[in-house]
Amino acid sequence: MLASKGHPNRLGIWGWLGGGRWGAERYLYTLHRLTGLGLLAYFLLHILVTSSRALGEARWAQAMGAVSGPMFKVGEYLVFLAFAFHAVNGIRLGIIELGFGVGRPIEPVYPYRTSLDVQRPIAIVVLVVAAVLVVMGTLNFWVLE
Amino acid sequence: MMRDQKLWTWHLAAGVVILILLGLHMTIMHLNGVIVLKGLNPAGGHPIDWGNVASRARNGFFMVTYVILLGAALFHGLYGLRTLLFELDPARWLKRAISGLLLGGGVALFVIGTWAAIVARSM
Repeated sequence: MLASKGHPNRLGIWGWLGGGRWGAERYLYTLHRLTGLGLLAYFLLHILVTSSRALGEARWAQAMGAVSGPMFKVGEYLVFLAFAFHAVNGIRLGIIELGFGVGRPIEPVYPYRTSLDVQRPIAIVVLVVAAVLVVMGTLNFWVLE
Repeated sequence: MMRDQKLWTWHLAAGVVILILLGLHMTIMHLNGVIVLKGLNPAGGHPIDWGNVASRARNGFFMVTYVILLGAALFHGLYGLRTLLFELDPARWLKRAISGLLLGGGVALFVIGTWAAIVARSM
């Protein structure tokens, strides 16, 4: 990360959430951050709750009893949705980060082509794969269980 | 390579580990009706029923991968949170405090989770 040159982040929280006119991929990035924060919050509690298995069956049952009920089931479902998106979009971000899927540099000759011509199909594939995972998870959570 | 470049590279590497291990965990826990993996829920019923939990806990593969997943996910998540907070350009002392707090909290949770994985194996 570059060292600060003394210019405060004037956008503040909006800098985290807003994509302005940067396009759909920027909002996927925003969603990536939101789902990441949600997953982290769940994960930190999940470590403490599931560690109760080391104390035996009775303590496990007690811990699971404390996090059961419809509200927790909905919460767990939301965690699954966040996982489905964050995981698949993370693959996209990794591919772009490593320079794949950005396209080769070309001369700016009309009609202009941008890296979005390559990136947008990847973003669409991400959304389709995440949607398939969501359908599978929804079936599992609300129909098969 | 600068320090933050190294940390970012570890962040990506941890993401790959999480993708594989959390993918397996989610398949076992939340896609068990759609994708049946034989032997991973031997007691039948729900994956969090005690028989299934104890069976996985006694399995060496799960003990090791739980600890790896725990470390990778804690680093990936807490480093991600640190990056987000640093974007607000906090004062130098606050950056140090945030880093210290996240590192301390992460290590404490790693110790608890690793202890649980090791103790649960001998149940």
